[in-house]
Amino acid sequence: MNPRLAKAIVNGLLLGGALAALFPLLWMLAVSFMPAGTSNALPPPLWPAHPTLDNYRQLFAHTGMWRYLLNSLLISGAITLLSLACNLLAGYAFAKLRFAGRERLFRTLLGLLVVPAQVAMLPLFLMFKYAGLVDSYAGVVMPGMATVLGIFLVRQYARGLPDELLEAARIDGASEWCIFVRIVLPLLRPVVATLAVLTFLTAWNDFMWPLIQLTGQHHYTLPLGLASMAREHTEGTEQMMAGSVLTVLPVLALFLAMQRHYLDGLLLGSVKG
Amino acid sequence: MKVSRTAWLFLAPALLVLGVFFLLPVLGALALSFTDYDLYALADLHNLRFVALGNYWVLLHRPQFWSALWHTFYFVLVGVPLSLAASLGAALLLHSPLARCKAFFRTALFVPVVTTAVATAVVWRYLFNTKYGWANHVLGTLGIHPVDWLGDPHWAMPTIILFAVWKNFGYNMIILLAGLQAIPADLYEAARIDGASAWRQFRHISLPMLGPTLLMVAILTVSGYFQLFAEPYVMTEGGPLESTTSVLYLMYEDGFKWWNLGTASAEAFLLFLVMFAVTAAMLRLSRREDA
Repeated sequence: MNPRLAKAIVNGLLLGGALAALFPLLWMLAVSFMPAGTSNALPPPLWPAHPTLDNYRQLFAHTGMWRYLLNSLLISGAITLLSLACNLLAGYAFAKLRFAGRERLFRTLLGLLVVPAQVAMLPLFLMFKYAGLVDSYAGVVMPGMATVLGIFLVRQYARGLPDELLEAARIDGASEWCIFVRIVLPLLRPVVATLAVLTFLTAWNDFMWPLIQLTGQHHYTLPLGLASMAREHTEGTEQMMAGSVLTVLPVLALFLAMQRHYLDGLLLGSVKG
Repeated sequence: MKVSRTAWLFLAPALLVLGVFFLLPVLGALALSFTDYDLYALADLHNLRFVALGNYWVLLHRPQFWSALWHTFYFVLVGVPLSLAASLGAALLLHSPLARCKAFFRTALFVPVVTTAVATAVVWRYLFNTKYGWANHVLGTLGIHPVDWLGDPHWAMPTIILFAVWKNFGYNMIILLAGLQAIPADLYEAARIDGASAWRQFRHISLPMLGPTLLMVAILTVSGYFQLFAEPYVMTEGGPLESTTSVLYLMYEDGFKWWNLGTASAEAFLLFLVMFAVTAAMLRLSRREDA
């Protein structure tokens, strides 16, 4: 094949693919700036002729948008911090601290990955109900405080740390806790960043468990608030798009800022072994 | 010994969380599925009765469960191959030495993965609106009659599949791209010297070398797609005519709308068994092919 033609085809296909991937998001952004009711026209408009921030203003004034936004930030932030603590400690222990039954325990944990999370949701709901914790932040945060995948990720990374360093510190009489905080944690910084982004994004986008657990609008996260608006059909297209922008934008920005860390984690997590 | 005591102390928080909030509930779900836990039991535990395999027996005779299982299979059987094809195609394009601006294209193609499913599902609902949606507008300019995408039982699931492919293909694209980049360049060099065409290089070098990665990606995607829930919840509410009611959607409705938690647990376990059987069969089939 003519190399110039081949080059045109490859780049043309990439451009087409990128357009298809971005079009729904760009359309969402454009419609969110259109005056109420103007997007339902034929042919459907692509560009706001008279751009306005009215939809956003309405959304914040008349729906629980502020609450949803704060709830989302609070819940995702808490899950990220707490699960980082648990996963880092456990992942490091599996990688570097010797104890009887280590490999078997780790393999058992990996085996848990086979069970879909939804199987646990019904009894989990009952547990929280009898504990009086249905419709609480704690009920959403607590089950997310440790993840097998997170432990796996930290273990993979921590295995590469030099043993001599830890041994030297032990001989100098440093306590295990001291070694972890002073020596290990700074070396684990890249995987901390990766895990933080992955966890925050997953928690932000999570839907089914918050939907089950958070029964009152007061505690809704952004996806829950948006889904309930979508099912009630009370808001117009333009306001719904503004709501979608507010839901997507924080995670999108975080991803673009930390892209390398996110993709590293994705690849590290996919190499089982 | 000191180190092993530290190890258990370090493991304790994570093991506690996983044990209390995952392992225990999973075992609880199995127990729950053998009871008739419903609204009455929720009010007063004395109303709870042990029904052994009763819930499973009833489910296997309930047409609604079978149709939910079929819808889920439909989503998996059509959605997974389409997703993988899109991922592989995009990875090959990005890997091509002819491609320009690779970093930009890679990011653009990946972006749908990190967006919130609920938010983008809402966007797609409007894009596939029968009257004002872009999908029908584009079809109209090609002279094709408008389709009632989310309102027609024949079209609702294909529309959801299209959405899922758009949303998810970037994830596997990244993994496959890394797989392609790991193939030694001299293999292609040798093939080129022997005069192998681009297609034959793909067929006899890329595809076999990608084999294990493709299998892993396929298994992960299959188990992910079996867990279809948010998309029908937002886009169709399981309709029209229950044509997009997946097993998990049924479980959600039985469990948290009708409070039949015993039945819902049995549904969750049946889905788990089906997923386990399908992924195990995929593994076994691929091993036989290798032998």
